[in-house]
Amino acid sequence: MHPFLQATIGGLLIGLSSWLVLIAFGRVTGISGLTMGAVQPALEKRTLGALLNWRTAFIAGLILGGTWFTGVFEVSTAMPARTPGLLILAGILVGYGTIRGSGCTSGHGVCGLGRRSARSLVAVAVFMGAAMVTVTVRGLMAGGAA
Amino acid sequence: MTTATTNTSADVSDSARGIILGLLAGILFAAGLVVSGMTDPAKVLGFLNIAALFTDAVPGEWDPSLAFVMGGAVIVTLIAYRHTQPNGNHKDALKTSKPWLTNAFVLPNRTDVDWPLISGGAMFGVGWALGGFCPGPALAAWTTNGDLVWFVPAMLISMWVSSRIKG
Repeated sequence: MHPFLQATIGGLLIGLSSWLVLIAFGRVTGISGLTMGAVQPALEKRTLGALLNWRTAFIAGLILGGTWFTGVFEVSTAMPARTPGLLILAGILVGYGTIRGSGCTSGHGVCGLGRRSARSLVAVAVFMGAAMVTVTVRGLMAGGAA
Repeated sequence: MTTATTNTSADVSDSARGIILGLLAGILFAAGLVVSGMTDPAKVLGFLNIAALFTDAVPGEWDPSLAFVMGGAVIVTLIAYRHTQPNGNHKDALKTSKPWLTNAFVLPNRTDVDWPLISGGAMFGVGWALGGFCPGPALAAWTTNGDLVWFVPAMLISMWVSSRIKG
């Protein structure tokens, strides 16, 4: 299958999942927000039972499904060589930044653009731009694989 | 008639039905991420490497695939949200409609562009480029990429810290 066709089909599936969340729960499908929403009730009430909610189920499906489909389709998830320090820094920036900026690729990208939100369009332009600049700078510095 | 005022349209999002639907939606989302290549950092970084189109000083080539992922997803959400306005309200025709499991649609309603949106977005973009993963794919690839043993906990803890600071 042509990679662009495969990418489009994958995108359609992501969109359909977001549609399902909208008509079932009336919410946007933003992974950063869903993740916080999944654990927040348990942190506030300090009971494990509070973990039993639809958001936790979604995140569980995401992790289980990811494990399963990665095996079925034999897809690589390997990243270019990274030191643990750099990975921790990257994780901190992604986690802190997505909550501070009210969304990530799914919330601002997939759902925000679908909602025709100018605020999300600005967010997408900012994080895409920042990511492209970072990859470019690293490429120039390394002169090798980004 | 006072006894008849019990809530007939309670929020049952966290019922067994909601848990099953949530699980299915998460699996479907994961299928989309894996099929589209979003869980492959090489493809993600290849897309972000757009500067390679313009100069040989930047190594590698540009991989436009992810533009098709976003295109495919947004085509669907544009249809899904067609009756919704950017401020989260429904257009007149659908003001009385409800989601399956709860009383009302609860959508983002902010339209302002403020500093946290910009600075948070910029932080996220830099982290995405350094690690090769945004939050969804990081969780979907958590069990298959050993390096995410560092990335995901750092991401989750800082999400929590960020939400505490944000209040």
